[in-house]
Amino acid sequence: MLNTYTFPSYAYRPSADQSAAQPVRHPVVVIGAGPVGMALAVDLAQHGQPVVVLDDNNTVSVGSRAVCYGKRFLDISDRLGVGQRAVDKGVTWNVGRVFFEQDEIYHFDMLPEQHHRRPAFINLQQYYMEEYYVDRIGQLEKVDLRWKNRLTGLEQLADGVRLTVDTPDGSYQIEADYLVACDGAGSATRKLCGLESKGQIFEDHFLIADVVMDPKNFPPERWFWFNPPFHEGQSTLLHRQADNVWRIDFDLGWEADVEEEKKPENIIPRVKAFLGDDVEFELEWASVYTFACRRMDQFVHGRVIFAGDSAHQVSPFGARGANSGIEDADNLAWKLVQLLRGNAGPQLLASYAAEREFAADENILNSTRSTDFITPKNSASRVLRDAVLELARDYTFARPLINSGRLSVPALLTQSPLNTPDSDPFETKVVPGAPCTDGAVLQNGEPSYLLGKLGNRFVALLFAQTSAEVDMAVVARLAAAQLPIDTVVVSGAAAGWEGFDALPVLIDHLGVVAQRLDGQPGTSYLIRPDQLVAGRTRHFNADQLLAMQSTALGH
Amino acid sequence: MSLITTPNIAKPDDFFAALTDLHRDLSDEQSQAVNAKLILLLANHIGDNEVLAEAMRIAASNVA
Repeated sequence: MLNTYTFPSYAYRPSADQSAAQPVRHPVVVIGAGPVGMALAVDLAQHGQPVVVLDDNNTVSVGSRAVCYGKRFLDISDRLGVGQRAVDKGVTWNVGRVFFEQDEIYHFDMLPEQHHRRPAFINLQQYYMEEYYVDRIGQLEKVDLRWKNRLTGLEQLADGVRLTVDTPDGSYQIEADYLVACDGAGSATRKLCGLESKGQIFEDHFLIADVVMDPKNFPPERWFWFNPPFHEGQSTLLHRQADNVWRIDFDLGWEADVEEEKKPENIIPRVKAFLGDDVEFELEWASVYTFACRRMDQFVHGRVIFAGDSAHQVSPFGARGANSGIEDADNLAWKLVQLLRGNAGPQLLASYAAEREFAADENILNSTRSTDFITPKNSASRVLRDAVLELARDYTFARPLINSGRLSVPALLTQSPLNTPDSDPFETKVVPGAPCTDGAVLQNGEPSYLLGKLGNRFVALLFAQTSAEVDMAVVARLAAAQLPIDTVVVSGAAAGWEGFDALPVLIDHLGVVAQRLDGQPGTSYLIRPDQLVAGRTRHFNADQLLAMQSTALGH
Repeated sequence: MSLITTPNIAKPDDFFAALTDLHRDLSDEQSQAVNAKLILLLANHIGDNEVLAEAMRIAASNVA
């Protein structure tokens, strides 16, 4: 089907559940083995939580859907054991350029800070990402991934959900304490629940042409053209993906004849007009799409939870689909685990909805604004948009007004009920409700990164210069909590830690962690299992940190 | 700071003549483009979202 990729075929294997006399009950069933469902399953399994994943197909996604995976996606994938493979295969980029007619008028760097493990973005065809997650699941006994299992019926029970599932061997029933719908924009689960995702459908058509060509033609950057000479009156977006495949995205307008535009004999001249006659390329894949920005009113309905595109959908400009989807999974996994283990109540699940509905609104707002700038909705908007572009050539003030897509960054959940507001002053971009920053560190003399040391548990991140500053009585109280808090030390000084092996000590040899977190001796951050900051204090105080954890568990 | 709605231009006749002269030889389409640029330049100079919002509110009020 594609020249550069062979789709794997995963075997359907009958489950013992199919011959059980009564529907077998599972704690968590996930519908959909896309990036979101699989990330959730891996996360749950890494917590020791068994999970069943049902997918109606037996391969990875056909056609390239998600392309750009942001730093937060990669940081989460690192925690889930997939990040390195994705980065090795993907195309790393940090810079975006915007052109108006003939000229470059603006460029931006998505990662102005150095010393992070991961770049701002990699580009990778979604089928590779999914394949890596399938392989990762293969290493985890707690995940029962069932191909060719299609959800056909759903009944909410008082304490769970009963599912009817169709397979090549006929249908069977199972039950779940919690069902998580990660089955995409057209979610079958949502339809079976009689629920809607509501919002705005954009009257515009876009042509995707994935072409294979020599990478010498363009650098690995995001290039966006407004009204280019090769595609007058419209816009064009160029991205490089793995295997020398380039994604070219042409805005066609609402009046375009979709069936005609899909034909290679019409696509190839468009690509030639763009690349010039002397650039050789092969057409790998093409499709014409429209898009919508919409979301469900609520992401949690009793024991049915929605995550990723099933819950919220955005336009592609900004790469906010898969990137926000994996944040949903990351947010939900530890909460489900603590709920199932009795360490938290329904408020913690409600916080998933509160946090991720807020994030979805931010993503939809950004995505809608980008779309309105790229495709102005009336003549006045177009005149203003064009005035911005013309002024931006010579006047820097206009450049921040250009919106070719505000690329995905994680929402700062500053209003989350799980946060403890600051009681001490801090000078940082990282705030309670934000993901913890990354930064290069040394551990036992070996180069490493902060985020890699946080894991999927509650961590008290303590800044201290010498071992004498670490109050081991506080460490012990934190470790003895019902849900233990592990202390990790960050120190600007390598000396002063000889013979101290009670705790992991990260040497902040470049000072970047202390700078990014305003870390002073005694400063303590409570980091959630999804690596968001729950709260912080200037004192390594057990009462304060335990109270922060209690709040972060929704108590 | 709030939007100044009392006289603030030193030579009002000079300003108004310059503003209208700007459009003397322009088509409607060109005039629209010039006005758009002018709005953007002035908005950036003002910089304050609240002042700009107040100006937009007044400008859009009583539109038939």
